[in-house]
Amino acid sequence: MTRYRIAVHITPRRGILDPQGKAVADALHTLGFTALREVHVGRYIVLELDAADQSSAEQSAREMCERLLANPVTEDFEVAMVEAA
Amino acid sequence: MKFGIVTFPGSNCDYDAYRAVVDGLGEQAAFLWHKDHDLKQSDVIILPGGFSYGDYLRAGAIARFSPVMQDVIAFANRGGPVLAICNGFQIACEAGLLPGALLRNASLKFVCELVRLRVETSDTLFTNRYDKGATLRIPIAHGDGRYTADEETIDRLEGEGRVVFRYLAGPADTDEWWSPNGSTRAIAGIVNEGGNVLGMMPHPERAVDPLLGSSDGLALFESVLARVSV
Repeated sequence: MTRYRIAVHITPRRGILDPQGKAVADALHTLGFTALREVHVGRYIVLELDAADQSSAEQSAREMCERLLANPVTEDFEVAMVEAA
Repeated sequence: MKFGIVTFPGSNCDYDAYRAVVDGLGEQAAFLWHKDHDLKQSDVIILPGGFSYGDYLRAGAIARFSPVMQDVIAFANRGGPVLAICNGFQIACEAGLLPGALLRNASLKFVCELVRLRVETSDTLFTNRYDKGATLRIPIAHGDGRYTADEETIDRLEGEGRVVFRYLAGPADTDEWWSPNGSTRAIAGIVNEGGNVLGMMPHPERAVDPLLGSSDGLALFESVLARVSV
């Protein structure tokens, strides 16, 4: 077994109103970042787990996202990084 | 009749629900601890308001996996009546007892006020003592009440008469929808396919006596009492 460090990104699904992202975008516009088009505020979760190899580590991270970390109705997730810890 | 009221760490409307049942309705109530697998032979389960598990991750996401919820889910799947209020509604959605999800209020503000609700159907276990179209005054108090589901699900809820309550705009003489939290089509409460699980953001248990500012919530409890045989 190897210990892996896995990062997952969870973001509000496109098309669903994201008032937090909009509020942050408004603030950035106020600061003068006029080229900014959109902001989406989500969660960044770091998992450390033991697995036989990298693909099974990623597989169990996906299962965690599907069953608890992300809400399948309103959020999307992406496993952004898997590395030996 | 006995109501079982679940207490999660962070529940804060469990005593209000208890008082509504015992003092308002004159029936029995028992608290059900989140770590137990014991529904204490309750005839109706109430998932009360509050901030179970600190709303960590998402409101209701952790509570859904607590031991007692496995029994509540089995109870609901057998057709047992479940009244899920506010945080209870969020938990019921996370648990898959009800479709959709409750997201952060569109205003990003916690809303706490007495609102007007319209009874969209009196043909449910929970609303048979109201007239269809009746207007109720019931308080809301939540930060995550924006009911969201895909269009197809919402259309289906409407088509099957499962949208039970809708928010109305402030002045008493208007019949317009108004969503204090940005919820889709101003939906305030829905029932599951079997009609035995009601989820609603407003707090009927806080409106059971004129001293509380409204007693319009009492008939909801009376509806359950009228329909559920013990």
